[in-house]
Formats: sequence, C-alpha cells, structure tokens
Amino acid sequence: MSELSSLIHDLELKSVRYRKSILSMIKHANSGHTGGSLSCIDILNVLYNHVLNVDPNSPSDPDRDRYIHSKGHSVEALYVVLADRGFLPAEEIYTFEQYGSRLIGHPTRKVPGIEQNTGALGHGLSVAVGMALAAKKDQRNYRVFTLLGDGELTEGSVWEACMSASHYQLDNLVVIVDRNGLQITGPTEEVMRLEPLEEKFRAFGLAVRSVDGNSIPQLLQVFEQIPFEKGKPSLILAFTVKGKGVSFMESNALWHHRVPNDQEYEQAVEELEQVETQLSGTRLR
Amino acid sequence: MNTLELGKPNQDVVAEILSRVARQDPDIVVVTGDSRGSAKMTGFGKEFPDKLVEVGIAEQNLVGIAAGLASTGKKVFAFSPACFLTARSLEQIKNDVAYSDQPVRLVGISAGVSYGALGGTHHSLHDLAALQAINNIDIVVPADNFETAQAILQAVDYGRPIYLRFGKRPVYHLHGPSTPFKIGNAIPIREGRDVTFIAMGETVAPAVLASYLLEENGISCGVVSFHTLRPFDKGTLFEVAASSRALITVEEHSVYGGLGSTVAAILMEAGLFRPFKRVGIPDEYIVTGSQEEIFNHYGITPGGLAQTALALLEASHQTFLYVPERLDEQLRPDAPSD
Ligand SMILES: Cc1ncc(C[n+]2csc(CCOP(=O)(O)OP(=O)(O)O)c2C)c(N)n1
Ligand SMILES: [Mg+2]
Repeated sequence: MSELSSLIHDLELKSVRYRKSILSMIKHANSGHTGGSLSCIDILNVLYNHVLNVDPNSPSDPDRDRYIHSKGHSVEALYVVLADRGFLPAEEIYTFEQYGSRLIGHPTRKVPGIEQNTGALGHGLSVAVGMALAAKKDQRNYRVFTLLGDGELTEGSVWEACMSASHYQLDNLVVIVDRNGLQITGPTEEVMRLEPLEEKFRAFGLAVRSVDGNSIPQLLQVFEQIPFEKGKPSLILAFTVKGKGVSFMESNALWHHRVPNDQEYEQAVEELEQVETQLSGTRLR
Repeated sequence: MNTLELGKPNQDVVAEILSRVARQDPDIVVVTGDSRGSAKMTGFGKEFPDKLVEVGIAEQNLVGIAAGLASTGKKVFAFSPACFLTARSLEQIKNDVAYSDQPVRLVGISAGVSYGALGGTHHSLHDLAALQAINNIDIVVPADNFETAQAILQAVDYGRPIYLRFGKRPVYHLHGPSTPFKIGNAIPIREGRDVTFIAMGETVAPAVLASYLLEENGISCGVVSFHTLRPFDKGTLFEVAASSRALITVEEHSVYGGLGSTVAAILMEAGLFRPFKRVGIPDEYIVTGSQEEIFNHYGITPGGLAQTALALLEASHQTFLYVPERLDEQLRPDAPSD
C-alpha cells in the first residue's frame, strides 16, 4: 500500500468505528442526534486525524488551529473523535447526557478541546470569524475551521458572518457545510429553499469547492487545497448523506433525533461491523 | 386519594385546540421555524397547508413575519422553542410585536428545562425575566391541560401581544372542567393557613403533591396556580398573603426576574412581610440531566418542596416569632390547646 492509500484505509476504518461509538453512545443515553452525527463524522475524522494542528497535551496552545462545531446538535460525533484523540478518557463518552456529567447534549467548553459552546444554530461562523480576525491581527498562523448544517444556513447571522469573513479577507478561515439536504421537518429545499447555494456563497465573497463529504479521499484532497484563493475565506460544500452508514437511517429525516430501538440498534451495528470486517480484511492482505 | 392523574403534554393540547379553532376561524395562521414537529403542529400543517407558514431555522425572521401577518388582522400563533424565541428574536419581540403593538401570540415550546441534558443553549430560564422588562406583552404559563386549553382559546381573540409558555412532558390534571379560568386571574387550588406555594407551569403539580405531604404532617398548606405573570394578579396574591403565614414561590425559571422576585417585590411594596422563599433555578451552570433530574437537583419535587416549607416554617419561628399550630405545640408544650 502507498502511504496515501494506507492513510485512507486507516481513516476509513476509524470512520466505521466512530459510527459504532456514536450509535452506542446514543443508545446508552437513550437520546441524541443520530442522522447529523453520522453525516458529519467523516469530516471530523479527517479534520482531527489529519488536518488540524491540535494537541490534547496542550489544548490551549495559542497557535493551535481552532475548530467550532456550529451544528452543535451533532455533538456525539465530536465527543467520539475528541475521545479517540485523547482529549477525554475513552469511557467518558458513556456518561453522555447523564446526570451530573460534563458531556451535555451540545458542545461545551467544560470538555477539553472544545473551543466554543454551541447548540443554538447560526452562531459558530461569527465566532470563527472573530478567531480568524484575531489571528490576522496577531500575525499568528493558526487556521479556524467551522462546520455548519445546511438547515442552519437559513439563520441570517450566517450570512452576516460570511460578509465579514470576506470583507476582512480571512483566508485563514475554512467554512464547511454539511450538505445532507435534510433538516428536522424534511428536505431543506422544501422547508426553505437554499439553492443556488454555491452561487450565494460566491456572491458573498467566499471561494467554494464541492466534495463528497462522506469520501475520505475527497476530503483529504480538498483540505490539501486550502486556502482555495488567497485573500478569501474557503467554503467546502460537503455533500453528505444524513444517517450515512446505516441503510435504514440514510436520507431519512425521521432519524434526525431518533434513538434506535434494540432491534434497530443490533441491525445498525451488524451493518457497520460488516464494513469493518471488510476493511480490516483488506488491511491484512 | 392524594394523587394526581397524569394528562397529556400541554403542547398536544395546544395543537388540538388550534386545529379545532382553525376549522371555524378563517383568520388563524401558524408560523413555524423547522419546529412544527416539536410543536406537535405537523397534523395542523397537513390539515391546513395554507394556514401554516414555514420560515426555516430563522427565529428573528419568524417573529418579524408574524408581526407583519398580525398587522392585517390575522390571528397569528408563532411557534418556536422558548429558548430561541425569547433570546434570538428578543429585539423583534420588543420592537416589532410589543412596541409596535402587533397582537402576535408567541408560543414558546419545550420551555424551562424541558430539553434537559441538551444544556444551556436549550434552557429558557431567562424568558420571563426578559419579557417582563418589555412593555406591552402579556405572559401566561399554563400548568395543566385544562389551563392550556382555556389559555389558547382566550388567546385566539386576544387583542394584545401575548407570550404563552409550554413544556414538553405530560402533565398532571389539576382542575375540574368547570374551574373558572381567565388570563390574568390566578387560581387558588388549595387553601393553607401555615404556608402557601405560589407556583406556575409544570411546578404546580409537585407543589400540590408537596401540600398533601405537609397536610399529612399537620401543616396546613395552600397552593395557587399563578399562571399569568402579566397582567399580575395582585388581588389573589394579597388574599393568599393575608390568609397564609408563609409563602413559597416555585417556578421553572431563574429565581431572578420571574415569578419569585416579582411576588417578593410586590409584597414588600405593599408592606406585607412574610416568611418567604423562592424555589427555582439558581444562578449557576445548570447541572446536566433530564428535566426530572434537574427538578430533583434543585428541590422542585414533592419531597423537596415539603422540606423547603418545613425549613422555612422552622426558621420563621426564630425570626418571625410565630409558628404553625402543630409545630407550636411541639416546640412549646405549655401552649394552650383549643
Ligand atoms: C437557533 C436554533 N433554532 C432551532 C434549533 C433546533 N434545531 C436543532 S437541529 C435543527 C435542524 C438542523 O438542521 P441542519 O442544520 O441541516 O443539521 P443536520 O441536518 O446536519 O443535522 C434544528 C431546527 C437550534 N438548535 N437552534
Ligand atoms: Mg441538514
């Protein structure tokens, strides 16, 4: 295996395991945002294991890259990846949403590695703009990444933040949109039309690239290219599948915050374990 | 005997009543922001696709659009989680609804700590305080299915801006069908000479159950469902203060700026000094847990409230030099008995 294909392989294996952990966390807590965590986990995987300059041993290094989970409801994905990177003890994820736990159902700075409390949609990008602006003022080289839901884009504050990001030429800012096409009520285009989305972001002064946001190779490639244009914030329109990885959850708005029953859980784990076995098998060859 | 019967979530009742009203009343319009599912308004949207305006996840826009619709005489009910409705769109509420006097019915759903472990972004423990500081918006927090149905029916023809606040969980029945209900008039549920709980919303039921516990222990305990914070029912408050020795407010809200601090201020200004305690959510980073666990943590349970009442009565024995009759006997064996 080449270095790249072995990296891809390792990350793909991680993604499957992360998906299993997400489901087991949600099942254990009997609560959670299933679909959106499964749609964005590949993005977080690539960010935290390959792109971001962050270190669990010095989580407040002033030169660290910043990541803000603006679609805060998909917090399970973030906790799982942070635990895997050593920001918190692996077993702690099973305290998710339990009485007295620091792992509440949205990102909180009480958890090491989390930069900002989110959960009310449409806040993350403005905060990210502030962090990126500070880097420019202080002549620091860190970059700021934030992940937004596509439903979240109907918050007007997102567009205010886009305007200021391009006004201040924040090419150290990377905005990722989890374009899974669904929100709680149903398809984004039926709830409140977003398209033409690429054109909107371009008109607001961002440099846009579209990728398959569940494809590790495509994600690796697109992050290699940032900043897409000097003097412009980069926007990655990541086309994903909500509920990705579990056949009966995929592209089904019901799974936004549904918890699998025992039988569904078993089936989901079985499906994921099949993929895991396949991937581990190719490793051995 | 001393139990309460569980009903439905108040939000279910809101949806049922609005659907029923909309079948007769052509002016009803509902506005949602990717919130129709949590608001239980999916059925309404199917039955009346033309009467439901969806704005997406955009609470500021939601309130502004609601104000515009209301300006033409439509009877607008705007639904959003209470936390976002009264924080994200606070300026729209202040200027476009209250200040401009557009009679929008703002419906805050999953209020208080209904969202439990979802954390601080999703708690609305500020909404009553924020809205009380804004002129020209009435505030109603129904406790049970009956109060909810009545409040919604009265809101349909309410000519002023109004905020109605509901939780997510099934709630206990508190009133019979012939109980008088009027927005602005608190409902005394039980009378008590020793202590009275002045409670609102989902905290009324634990207060009633606490009053049973206290009664079993010889303490005469009253309960008032203080469902309307504005217009504030001073009359009922003064009556309760006149007939009960100690008062305890209970609310699913910060103890600052909601029911408790309002009651305290009104009593003080009227010169009615009573042993007094506010029960609610203190000024701290809220503990993680379900709504039930959070209530438990902060003593908003039958047992917790009964204990608070006992502690208040005991403390008041020292500071106020009087105690309820039964404690009185225990503490002063030579007290004359009647
Ligand atoms: C300001 C605000 N309004 C409403 C909500 C409730 N809410 C949580 S998730 C969600 C849908 C999000 O859809 P999307 O952004 O597409 O996320 P994804 O599909 O990735 O889960 C809504 C409306 C919220 N968290 N914040
Ligand atoms: Mg989406």
